[in-house]
Amino acid sequence: MTVMSYLGAIGAAQREAMDADERVIIIGEDVEANVYGTTGGGKSRSDKGDFLQRYGKNRIRNTPISEEGIVGAAAGAAMTGLRPIVDLSYSSFLYMAMDQFVNQVAKNRYMFGGQASMPVVFRSAMFYGLNTGAHHSDRPYPMFMNVPGLKIIAPATPSDAKGLLRSAVDSDDPILSFEACLLWSAKEDVDENEFWVPLGVARTARVGTDVTVVAISSSVPEAVAAAEELAKEGVSVEVIDPRTLVPLDRDAILRSVAKTGRLVVAEPAHRTCGAAAEISALVAEEIFDSLKAPIIRVTAPDMQIPFSPSLEKQMYPTKVTIAAAIRRVVDLPALQPVAAAV
Amino acid sequence: MAELARDTLREMQLRMLRIRAFDERASKMVKRGHIPGTVHTSIGQEAQVVGATMALGAGDYMSGNHRSHGHPIGKGSPLGPLMAELVGKATGVCKGKGGSLHLADFAVGSLGESGIVGSSIPIANGAALSSKVLNNGKVALAFFGDGAANQGVLYESMNMAGVWDLPMIFLCENNQYALSTPAHTVTSGIISERAAGFGMPGIRVEEGQDVLAVYDAVSKAVARARAGDGPTLVEVMTYRYNEHSEGLRLGTDYRNAEERDAWLKKDPIMLFRHYLASHGFSDDELDGLQATALAEVDAAVAFSDASPYPDLSVAFDDLYTDKESAA
Ligand SMILES: Cc1ncc(C[n+]2csc(CCOP(=O)(O)OP(=O)(O)O)c2C)c(N)n1
Ligand SMILES: [Mg+2]
Repeated sequence: MTVMSYLGAIGAAQREAMDADERVIIIGEDVEANVYGTTGGGKSRSDKGDFLQRYGKNRIRNTPISEEGIVGAAAGAAMTGLRPIVDLSYSSFLYMAMDQFVNQVAKNRYMFGGQASMPVVFRSAMFYGLNTGAHHSDRPYPMFMNVPGLKIIAPATPSDAKGLLRSAVDSDDPILSFEACLLWSAKEDVDENEFWVPLGVARTARVGTDVTVVAISSSVPEAVAAAEELAKEGVSVEVIDPRTLVPLDRDAILRSVAKTGRLVVAEPAHRTCGAAAEISALVAEEIFDSLKAPIIRVTAPDMQIPFSPSLEKQMYPTKVTIAAAIRRVVDLPALQPVAAAV
Repeated sequence: MAELARDTLREMQLRMLRIRAFDERASKMVKRGHIPGTVHTSIGQEAQVVGATMALGAGDYMSGNHRSHGHPIGKGSPLGPLMAELVGKATGVCKGKGGSLHLADFAVGSLGESGIVGSSIPIANGAALSSKVLNNGKVALAFFGDGAANQGVLYESMNMAGVWDLPMIFLCENNQYALSTPAHTVTSGIISERAAGFGMPGIRVEEGQDVLAVYDAVSKAVARARAGDGPTLVEVMTYRYNEHSEGLRLGTDYRNAEERDAWLKKDPIMLFRHYLASHGFSDDELDGLQATALAEVDAAVAFSDASPYPDLSVAFDDLYTDKESAA
């Protein structure tokens, strides 16, 4: 075990994948100079340009700022023998390539009757919570969950970031990885040997019996912190991190809620048609009779993200807003009025 | 141009005849309701399609657009599974899940036709990238229309191909209309001249109904690509005889009769027949090619007719490589 940051773990997974398979290449804007910190040394954001020296310009490719062209070329390359990892830097830029994601990447295998396989990973960072205003603060993974043919991961810990990325690179299907910048500096012990976290398998971040909180991406540590608070009042909270949003580990979610009878879903995306909405509907459809209280979603509101730090901080789920939701489903009195984000 | 082998010349005419016969039959089948939806024919554009596809090697890649049947036929894809795909049969080249707009035959390097104008251009560019990274000597070609030439993704792709010296050919089928819109009313300047801005050769084939002229231009681009010297933009001037799509009735006459008549006089199959006749091909042999193409199309329709429709469960296959991931 070695202490790795979330970002360092991504770099380590990329290095392992590049070493393991010559067909893996990294393309994206500014990857040669390691501007986003995952094409440098293994452990942290250091050793600028290290990947370039190690793998050369043929496999580490700086691109022009042409997201549509990049995503399409990566798809074509994946259909013809490469296994590209595409670094799209911020998730907000995925929209530039929407046609390629939706019409080519997601549909080609299906439309062509299985002739195409699409072994490509599109990584992007959700840059919210950093006071960068509405053009850089998106958490757009639910839009892509609505596109059959894409697989979606949203790791919340360094170990998952490493292990899921390895599985993503090894997968023959196209995968979008949404990485929360708020987690970049999170550190934990990570196995420095190769390991793979399987796609579609949730992680139980905390075991409990009274309430299930399904939390996504940066809401996972917030949910765990809320659970620890509630434990002091005798409420036992189970926290489930799906880790993969497509395919979703429905069984793990249903099993937990069947046990606890109460569900709170927390995520940093917008409320309407979000992952939380999908998970809520799943539970309501499948195990309505197990529910002892209404399901509560804790999400970002259906509102754009304001720039001012004083405004932005109320937009995403926090341990306070998640704890307030938990209190409601177990009928504890509210501690204080919680205005936002519920 | 180097002298072409007799077999190559013969094959060129046969492939053009195949496309014509296939599309004429497909047109009828749409009108009779035997093909669901619609199709876009390449009738009139056979020289442009075959000149380009035959300049490619068997292992080379291509992507195409909605005017979609000629490309795989020109690349050598058998007609039966293509026709069955148009009808929506289980034996279709895409198992009945693509249809006319999404023909693909990876066995001949056809990486797929696209219903979204311009969208498949970067796919071929990516195939050229993989060829470059894997150093396997393959070349890729993207077919697109004069209408698609105004999509931004073309220029993103040309820039990347240029800066990376990709073995890539951008082939603009300039049939002078995008649906009802005359190209000159929406296109600033000459399409092939845009290549200069990306530091790559731009070639305009004015005699785009002459299969040898197209073959010659694309062969040069292929040779350049294979030598590692990078991409080329080839614009071929041509004309579609039929309406934009079969069954479409616009009620406006956006093309005039004189224009059409002038192009009909330069019919690619007729022109090449004259050429072949003056180069040692007998009338019998040339008639035989025509008969062969028609018989192949008859056989393709018979193959389709005899094929079952897909099992309903097929709709739920092939989304991912594993079935469990599909909801
Ligand atoms: C992105 C997109 N916009 C519009 C259309 C509708 N459409 C289909 S074909 C076509 C004309 C295309 O013209 P061109 O590229 O010149 O090809 P041609 O049909 O002439 O072969 C249009 C507008 C589409 N399919 N995709
Ligand atoms: Mg056109």
